[in-house]
Amino acid sequence: MEPIYLDNNATTRVDPATVEAMLPFFTEHFGNPSSIHAFGSQVGKALKQARQQLQTLLGAEHDSEIIFTSCGTESDSTAILSALKAQPERNTVITTVVEHPAILTLCDWLEKEGYIVHKLKVDKKGRLDLDEYKALLNDRVAIVSVMWANNETGTLFPVEEMAELAAAKGIMFHTDAVQAVGKIPMNLKQSKIDMLSLSGHKLHAPKGIGVLYLRRGCRFRPLLRGGHQERGRRAGTENAPAIVALGKAAELALEHMGHENTEVKRLRDKLEQGILAQVTHAFATGDVSNRLPNTSNIAFEYVEGEAILLLLNKVGIACSSGSACTSGSLEPSHVMRAMGIPYTAAHGTIRFSLSRYTTEAEVDRVIEAVPPIIAQLRKLSPYWTEKGPLTNPEQAFAPAYA
Amino acid sequence: MWEYSDKVREHFFNPRNSGPLEEANGIGDVGSIQCGDALRLMLKVNPETEVIEDAHFQTFGCGSAIASSSALTEMIKGKTLDEALKVSNQDIADFLDGLPPEKMHCSVMGREALQAAVANYRGEVWSDDHEEGALICKCFAIDAVMIEDVVKANNLHTVEEVTFYTKAGGGCAACHEGIEEILAKVKAERAGPGEVSPPLVQIEPAPKAAAAPVAPAPTAPIKLTSVQRIKKIEEVLESVRPMLQRDHGDVELVEVQGKHIYVSLKGACSGCMMEAATLGGIQQKMIETLGELVQVLPVSYMPTEA
Repeated sequence: MEPIYLDNNATTRVDPATVEAMLPFFTEHFGNPSSIHAFGSQVGKALKQARQQLQTLLGAEHDSEIIFTSCGTESDSTAILSALKAQPERNTVITTVVEHPAILTLCDWLEKEGYIVHKLKVDKKGRLDLDEYKALLNDRVAIVSVMWANNETGTLFPVEEMAELAAAKGIMFHTDAVQAVGKIPMNLKQSKIDMLSLSGHKLHAPKGIGVLYLRRGCRFRPLLRGGHQERGRRAGTENAPAIVALGKAAELALEHMGHENTEVKRLRDKLEQGILAQVTHAFATGDVSNRLPNTSNIAFEYVEGEAILLLLNKVGIACSSGSACTSGSLEPSHVMRAMGIPYTAAHGTIRFSLSRYTTEAEVDRVIEAVPPIIAQLRKLSPYWTEKGPLTNPEQAFAPAYA
Repeated sequence: MWEYSDKVREHFFNPRNSGPLEEANGIGDVGSIQCGDALRLMLKVNPETEVIEDAHFQTFGCGSAIASSSALTEMIKGKTLDEALKVSNQDIADFLDGLPPEKMHCSVMGREALQAAVANYRGEVWSDDHEEGALICKCFAIDAVMIEDVVKANNLHTVEEVTFYTKAGGGCAACHEGIEEILAKVKAERAGPGEVSPPLVQIEPAPKAAAAPVAPAPTAPIKLTSVQRIKKIEEVLESVRPMLQRDHGDVELVEVQGKHIYVSLKGACSGCMMEAATLGGIQQKMIETLGELVQVLPVSYMPTEA
């Protein structure tokens, strides 16, 4: 049986057309774009084209606002550290509790270094409180960094509105848009967003390539120094094949933007409703009316996520979980905890993330496969009886916790 | 992310003895607050013979938690309660051909459920005696609580000392930043605000390797006969053997030549990347016990007779 890949928020398949576009840059066009000779100048032209393809996808005003980096994490670190270095009189960062570790781990370290970090809380649907945000904007804030879309639930944050509020107070605004770019339309020149991070491998380009969008005029300090590449803003020889591939992927993402927001969305909704109609004590997490078109995150109560993933994998279905046991740490997903999802449900969250390659037949197969797996694991669960969950599960089964 | 052994996968896909046990007369409910897993172990014990006639489990947890529960019920069926209590968490992991370091707590949970179920059968109350923290050293599966306790109890100050006492940090060394953070935290607590600092205690640095002995804190020098001396050396080795055996290793005295004590490390100890630290630890004990400066060396260092 053909395996089904529903883990596109983790990484995506590179489009064959993109592979084709990048391959010549390993062999016949191997030159260094910095060189004066013909080998180099051909590559330089290709990079310029890729920069314009990214400019178009993001709706940026100038192609020089695109800085190629190695990944989303590098773009995030560059943005935040630049804002702090360029404005030494400002010592505060505002972010949210549900950011990706690329932001949160950096912010934890900044706190140890003496900076002040405010993390905006979310409600049980994963939404921000903009009044809390407004009250924190003051002239000690160097940068606000808020993700455009959450990687686990797909919930969208009102970053354009938040950027306006920051700009009104003269504060820089960065968004980690790694999950959002290529899935929802963007027009950065109409916004007050100063910096934006994206990652190639989330939009059918290869791994190892990312972009930091930097609005013209925004004060900047490079993370890597040592060369004139990217106008001295990111030293290091350009990863030409990957940059060309990302340009092609950006072009294809724009072509499929309509499909993503109609067909992919329809399949996602079919999948979610199909599962929830058959499985009791399960619910979709996050802000379901305001989220990415490809993401569905379902909490299955009283069962554990890794166990679900192992059984799904056995029938050829790949997705991911917010369970502690799949994260490599012992804590369940910080996103689920921030939304106040109880332990017995947070451990059983499964994220299905679709792509433009997902077919109706695949969705039907997953709808069929999931309910028996949940039933099988619930049979093993001490919180579950033949009739359903224990009437008062927290009291009827109260283990001695170590 | 991690590879489960075939045996773990087999016990997860086909768990033995799952579901409620009607005639259970000993039930243990335990959980790990860290990872949210929880386990109910049900025993049917023969009151005459104290033999476990049947054992069932229900588990809320990941693949290895379910496999550990399944393995445990298979291992204890037919045993008496006293025999069953000898099953350690390492035994459960061994039965499953090993667990990834991140998952060793699943076997600990199984062991605790067993203790709790036996206590329940005997009308006793079981209370847990250990706390589990975030995993720091993945090479040797040592958690933060364990490191902090050892640092406090032994007044440790350096990463090397922590490695010497707990093994944490002795492998790939990626966790040294984490260990340094724990050391800094304990240090900050030691000198709490407004507190008078305790008098400085001179710490003997632990020897890093067998080849680099340090000056001992000599006890009153007593002249020993060769026989007495070798007996003392044997006593020291005996005292460390249970610790090594717990990790499936062992040590044996081969030869004593003046200040050089040659030993042979056996089982899991031979070729272990912690060999130098193990020998260093034994050497420190030797120096303290014998009251003289000696070197403990692997047998491979012994000069061959001409």
